[in-house]
Amino acid sequence: MNFTAVWAIYYSEMVRFFRTIAQSFISPVISTSLYFVVFGAAIGSRIDQVEGVSYGAFIVPGLIMLSVMTQALSNASFGIYFPKFIGTIYELLSAPVSFLEIVLGFVGAAATKALFIGVVILVTASMFVDVPVTHPWAMVLFLVLTCVSFSLFGFIIGVWAGNFEQLQLIPLLVVTPLVFLGGSFYSIAMLPPIWQKITLFNPVVYLISGFRWSFFGTADVPVGLSLLAIFGFTALCMGIIWWIFKTGWRIRA
Amino acid sequence: MIVDIKDLRKTYKGGFEALKGVTLVIKEGEILALLGPNGAGKTTLISTICGITNPSAGSVSVGGHDVVKDYRAARSMIGLVPQEINLEPFNKVIDVVTYSRGLFGKKANPAKIEEILRQLSLWDKKDSRVMELSGGMKRRVLIAKALSHEPRILFLDEPTAGVDVELRKDMWDVVAALKEQGVTIILTTHYIEEAEAIADRVGVINGGELLLVEEKAALMQRLGQKTLQVDLQAPVDSVPESLSAYNLEIAEGGNALRYHYDTSGESTGITRLLGEISAAGLQLKDIQTEQSSLEDIFVGLVKEGAA
Repeated sequence: MNFTAVWAIYYSEMVRFFRTIAQSFISPVISTSLYFVVFGAAIGSRIDQVEGVSYGAFIVPGLIMLSVMTQALSNASFGIYFPKFIGTIYELLSAPVSFLEIVLGFVGAAATKALFIGVVILVTASMFVDVPVTHPWAMVLFLVLTCVSFSLFGFIIGVWAGNFEQLQLIPLLVVTPLVFLGGSFYSIAMLPPIWQKITLFNPVVYLISGFRWSFFGTADVPVGLSLLAIFGFTALCMGIIWWIFKTGWRIRA
Repeated sequence: MIVDIKDLRKTYKGGFEALKGVTLVIKEGEILALLGPNGAGKTTLISTICGITNPSAGSVSVGGHDVVKDYRAARSMIGLVPQEINLEPFNKVIDVVTYSRGLFGKKANPAKIEEILRQLSLWDKKDSRVMELSGGMKRRVLIAKALSHEPRILFLDEPTAGVDVELRKDMWDVVAALKEQGVTIILTTHYIEEAEAIADRVGVINGGELLLVEEKAALMQRLGQKTLQVDLQAPVDSVPESLSAYNLEIAEGGNALRYHYDTSGESTGITRLLGEISAAGLQLKDIQTEQSSLEDIFVGLVKEGAA
């Protein structure tokens, strides 16, 4: 295992992040505050409680998930797409590194950034509302696994993308709708019965539900199912990446 | 022998055959120039040795390590300077060079990085962002990256394409200095003068085939061959007896005599020959000389390959 190389990739990716630390830090703070103004104060004032939790607190896990998923996706997909775009990928391919090491470096960095932003949002949210964390270890586990799995997913998108439009396509057309419809801002119990069934096909429901359970102890779907979903998703992404590197798909001619 | 290429073939998706069975042995410490027109397969050959493309058939070993099965050991020995200026534009020079060393699994060594940057006159620019550099400077950064992990073999893919004369000379100096340090250097070029200036051996590649690999000295000897043609006023049937020592050829239907000589020899024998031709009673109409250049050899080989 070439850990020096993993570190080199990880460090170089993190340098990019820290170069724009102001944006990286400020934008989630501002967007979280805006969500609180709109959903928490304006709309939330008309909603009493959801599953025994104030609406302001109820949306915190969903908000974190929303940002963490989109950030992990965009960071990881950009991270591997950029070297392809500017041609520096030649160096990764000609270096004595295994694909596992490349993935560890890029995905590790993307997941770290997403985790950082998730924590920033949690801290910002705590300034607006009281956010209890009933199962802190489970919370950390869900958060980290989401960061990692969506970074893996982002890595796949980055390898697949042939241009910047495609890079945006999946996050915009698939992931954002799934996250918004995945119960970020509402409980599934609030939906009409037929939609309660349909929404169970949305994988994001399981992730948000499990994550919310770690805060409030209540969930839309059983926690075990949520864990299974997140591990399943991580395994699926790893499998696809393994295949990508085995065949050299879109990377090595 | 440091690189051993055996019957290497590469067919791209879509059926284009970029390499049609290249066999080549590269000796340790030499400078080998691969000469060929655009699309000859030079870059594909380098890419396949370095791991950027997978071979379709055949094998390459570097320092005894197969580049596919034992890629870590093989690639650790190789530094690659690509043809295109592929660099992260927003990063500092010192960071992109340090990154390369790390990527190759070498422990950080700021003193070594400084030495390399100084050697390439980049030390003053170490804190500049890559995008602020001139084209020539960027090319040096690419070389610095390739050298950062102290490779034993350096591949330079068209290092002087689109580079001004001064920088080209600098580049040749860098190559010469590396050779002093025992680094094996393989460079591709389509400038014949570049191959002449710095290579120990020259390989000519075209249409995915290696047409020739020869010591540059041997090629230069061929270059030293000149031909003198003497056009005559009246045609002759045979070479006069008195001129038999000169090994002359009859050309242009008896209207000319051709004499081959070596400019590197002590005496060319031209003066004596011309004197003896007139002594034999032949009237001279005109004389001309021609030299076979590396260019001629090259063009001839490439045409043969295309036919």
